[in-house]
Amino acid sequence: MKAKIKVTLKNGVLDPQGKAIEGALGHLGFAGVGQVRQGKYFEIELAESDRAKAEVQVKAMCEKLIANTVIENYAIELG
Amino acid sequence: MKSAVIVFPGINRERDMMLALEQTTGVKPVAVWHGETELPKVDLVVVPGGFSYGDYLRCGAIAARSPIMSDVKAKALKGLKVLGVCNGFQIITEAGLLPGALVRNASLHFACREVKLRIENNSTWFTNRMAKGEVVSCPIAHGEGNYICDADTLARLEGENRVVFRYAEGTNPNGAMNDIAGIMNEAGNVIGMMPHPENMIEPIHGKQDCRPLFEGLLAA
Repeated sequence: MKAKIKVTLKNGVLDPQGKAIEGALGHLGFAGVGQVRQGKYFEIELAESDRAKAEVQVKAMCEKLIANTVIENYAIELG
Repeated sequence: MKSAVIVFPGINRERDMMLALEQTTGVKPVAVWHGETELPKVDLVVVPGGFSYGDYLRCGAIAARSPIMSDVKAKALKGLKVLGVCNGFQIITEAGLLPGALVRNASLHFACREVKLRIENNSTWFTNRMAKGEVVSCPIAHGEGNYICDADTLARLEGENRVVFRYAEGTNPNGAMNDIAGIMNEAGNVIGMMPHPENMIEPIHGKQDCRPLFEGLLAA
């Protein structure tokens, strides 16, 4: 099984990189670009075949290492 | 005053820190490799600056989960003095020893220069030779020193006098909330700061403004 994890900054946490990207998109002439937020994406291969058990395991990984829950949210997709 | 300096792959300020400790306390610190599982018997543990694990994932994230950090955390909870400087501040914050997080400088630029640092709390084991409100020069060198935390944590830090160092007004180099440069935990035994006091203690550094911090360790 493979876990796909998206880590994004919580609302209200300043994202200067997103701001810089937003500015660059404007310089390139893309009109109508609103706020840009940058995040991270992970793919983790798992030996576990039971979906529920895999979810528990990946959630623990996110809490302990993959995300810093002080500033980040995470979303898990199993497939 | 016996001390240990933790060494992680990618750390580069451990020698400066060990020299500063030896010159000011008279005792050579022990270097402890991150793969060790137990600290030697010491009065102070310093987590120095650098780029542990190349700042992979998040600054300090991987180092915070290394074997030695379990023992540092366990002993810190029992009162062992821990000082984290720069990447060391990021590491001990990632390890949960201090609240909040250090994120990308608001300017997006790596800031490497001298700043003015105000001593906000002079009753700690690291600032006891300083005067409250005293402003000293101190170098900084970081790309992610922008301290943030939630509103409740910020109110507690301020209310409990746990902001130990603040960038003097108008000199905040990274966008940190309330100009915070260094904080301590609730018990006061864990202190983290972004600036590098170990690089402002001897004549060759140009100024020796931060020497009294290290000398304060002897009184603590």
